[in-house]
Amino acid sequence: MSYWKDTIIFVTKEDHEAPSNAELVEEDPNDPYEERGLILPSGEINWNCPCLGGMASGPCGSEFKEAFSCFHYSKEEVKGSECLDQFRSMQECMQRYPELYPQEDEKDEKDKQEQATESGANAASEGQKDNDTTESEVKS
Amino acid sequence: MLKCRAVWRKLAPLARSASTQCRHNVKTALNNGRRQAFVPATHMSTGPAGGGGSENTLYVVLVGAACLGGGAYAYMTVRGDSKRYEERISELASRSAKEAPESQPPVAPEPEEAAPTSEESAPVAELSGETESASEPVAEVPPEAVEEAPPVVEEAPPEPQAEVLEALPAVVESAAEEPVTEAPPAAEPETVQEAPTEPAVTSLPESAPAPEPVSAPLTLPSHAPYLLIGGGTASFAAARSIRARDPGAKVLIVTDEPNLPYMRPPLSKELWFSDDPSVTETLRFKQWNGKERSIYFQPSSFYVKPEELTSAENGGVAVLTGKKVIQMDVRGNKVKLDDDTEISYDKCLIGTGGVPRNLQVIEKAGDEVMNRTTLFRKIEDFKSLDNVSRNVKSITIIGGGFLGSELACALGRRSSETGLEVIQMFPEKGNMGKVLPEYLSNWTTEKVKKEGVRIVPEALVKSVAFKEDKLEILLKDGRQVKTDHIVAAVGLEPNVDLAKSAGLEVDSDFGGYRVNAELQARSNIWVAGDAACFYDIRLGRRRVEHHDHAVVSGRLAGENMTGANKPYWHQSMFWSDLGPDVGYEAIGIVDSSLPTVGVFAKATSKDTPKAATEQSGTGIRSESETEATAVTPVASSTPAPVMEHKDEYGKGVIFYLRDKVVVGIILWNVFNRMPIARKIIKDGEEHADLNEVAKLFNIHED
Repeated sequence: MSYWKDTIIFVTKEDHEAPSNAELVEEDPNDPYEERGLILPSGEINWNCPCLGGMASGPCGSEFKEAFSCFHYSKEEVKGSECLDQFRSMQECMQRYPELYPQEDEKDEKDKQEQATESGANAASEGQKDNDTTESEVKS
Repeated sequence: MLKCRAVWRKLAPLARSASTQCRHNVKTALNNGRRQAFVPATHMSTGPAGGGGSENTLYVVLVGAACLGGGAYAYMTVRGDSKRYEERISELASRSAKEAPESQPPVAPEPEEAAPTSEESAPVAELSGETESASEPVAEVPPEAVEEAPPVVEEAPPEPQAEVLEALPAVVESAAEEPVTEAPPAAEPETVQEAPTEPAVTSLPESAPAPEPVSAPLTLPSHAPYLLIGGGTASFAAARSIRARDPGAKVLIVTDEPNLPYMRPPLSKELWFSDDPSVTETLRFKQWNGKERSIYFQPSSFYVKPEELTSAENGGVAVLTGKKVIQMDVRGNKVKLDDDTEISYDKCLIGTGGVPRNLQVIEKAGDEVMNRTTLFRKIEDFKSLDNVSRNVKSITIIGGGFLGSELACALGRRSSETGLEVIQMFPEKGNMGKVLPEYLSNWTTEKVKKEGVRIVPEALVKSVAFKEDKLEILLKDGRQVKTDHIVAAVGLEPNVDLAKSAGLEVDSDFGGYRVNAELQARSNIWVAGDAACFYDIRLGRRRVEHHDHAVVSGRLAGENMTGANKPYWHQSMFWSDLGPDVGYEAIGIVDSSLPTVGVFAKATSKDTPKAATEQSGTGIRSESETEATAVTPVASSTPAPVMEHKDEYGKGVIFYLRDKVVVGIILWNVFNRMPIARKIIKDGEEHADLNEVAKLFNIHED
């Protein structure tokens, strides 16, 4: 039997009502080892973020990077309004690969980027949030 | 060498004067009553023992002669080698000059304009005309041009490529703007750097003969800045990481499989539950929320053709299928394929994964048995097993781990439609006996039985024979099982074939290539995925055979190949679904021999894997942990009614402890809480009361 080394505890909802007193180590927001979200602590874009999927690495990766960078650093009132050229060239590139970038999602691509920025920003502000998990995608 | 002499002449008087000083000191010291023995240590060698003058001269002459001799030898060698080199080059140049000239002069400062079908003699002739002393750059160019379209300047920066032929600085300016894959060679190749040139030169003749025909088809690249050996999950993750971090990177994946990179988990899970009869062809699966995807990470349009890789303007990822790397030359930074072609690299990743183990008794049992045995790993294994399962009456799975249990459940589900008998046998007492604590393993085994599987526990196979058109499995305790087909799921043997030729260390405890915490085996060589035995800063040296680890380690290796120098830090997770009611996610070291603490609540019908995916709308966990896709959440209508389950272990958290520190956690039917689990493992703290830690998971809520 495994009872000598395996402890089993059953808890009801009430048992777990009181907040936990388990101590967790405080996160270091500048830990270089940690996996980062979309936006790095320096403010730059983390192109390797899993949240971007294959966008930055595919055939249209460079166009995507240009468009998104422009959008990210845009200080205009309507964010990204000066980036239309980059977005257009990105769209043109994507149209050449309909298999990779399904056309009906054209508008969604832009929405997705905006949401990615938001979730990335949220991640950055939370510090240690793990962007690999389902939570960031649920928001989309 | 003449300099040497002059310098020595200057030094000699100094030496003499210094020694004179020393002698003075000695005398003083002696006068003070010190022992003479101490003093010689401070003397110059030319100084003491009187007569320093004549000995000094002799010494100088000897040294001078040695320098002169050495210098002369070096000079002769250099000249000889240079001559040999030039002969080689001119031979190559003359050979390619035979072919019909094309209109693509790669010498032009804007190589971008070169069309794909390029190469050859026109540029060769031009260059050899222009540059006398630089016949070397010419040599580099035609073979370059011969193999692929003139590469573009926009390529990855010269430094990585420079490593290959580093000490060959450019002489010709026009050649300097040349295809950057090879740093333009020097006018005077030195002895040391001659060696790297040789391999490049030897590899060129092999590819040069290929485009003999006038229309000159493209050939495969002879150099890849980033070479990834193996076309699985780790390689793909690395390729993506490299491309994200190094703009315009050219990545070549070499795989002996005929397929593009694909994900493995659905082969033993989702693909079996598909309603589509053509699933073995399409390899697409529908997730619980109806969203469909292919097991291939990306369709073929994502990739660049290998022949076009070197000329691709923005780089890309190319997959060379059906080719196996059989030898690795670490000093020469190149690999050799099974068709004798050589590819040199700047950075290399070994992602060769592994090969399924087989039972010795089966291997010795003869062809009839072997033909009826499946070792499950690849797409073709899935296709063949799917076919078999429709045509036989009984299948036995040997092995009670992840793969065996998942396949048993998948086939068991099918058995309800077809009347197929599914048997699963293993040495442990219950399914996942090496992973789950005994009480949970027993509970799981009951669930697997409910999927229609006949379980034969504590089974050690003694022999297998083919008798009367059936396979007869004889167990050591005398039990006998008759079946039509066997699936052996008894573990994975990491593929370390290249270790010998590459001189890489293989780990004796865990198998696989031994790499450090940054996944590096040697300079410019990294290993990721199933084949990597790496150092986990938190949990110690280990080797992990899970999908998410392949993604995480592949991504990390890609980052380190582009200069990140990060250790393995983000802990990978894994999961398993055994039927629609049992699902768990786990992280860290989950070994049933460790002491465990399990905290359980009662499960409601909302807590199954099916419900979890429906609610969060994220589909399978193959995706959610690794890559985001734009998913619209499925609107849940009314909340499911709370149901009381008879069994006690509906949902909860199980902690695995090593020296009172949590090293592994299983989230049992509790989903979307992996970040907390990851944090606890990362902290590595001793917690006095694990119930308090369990509170962090809110197991009673969804």
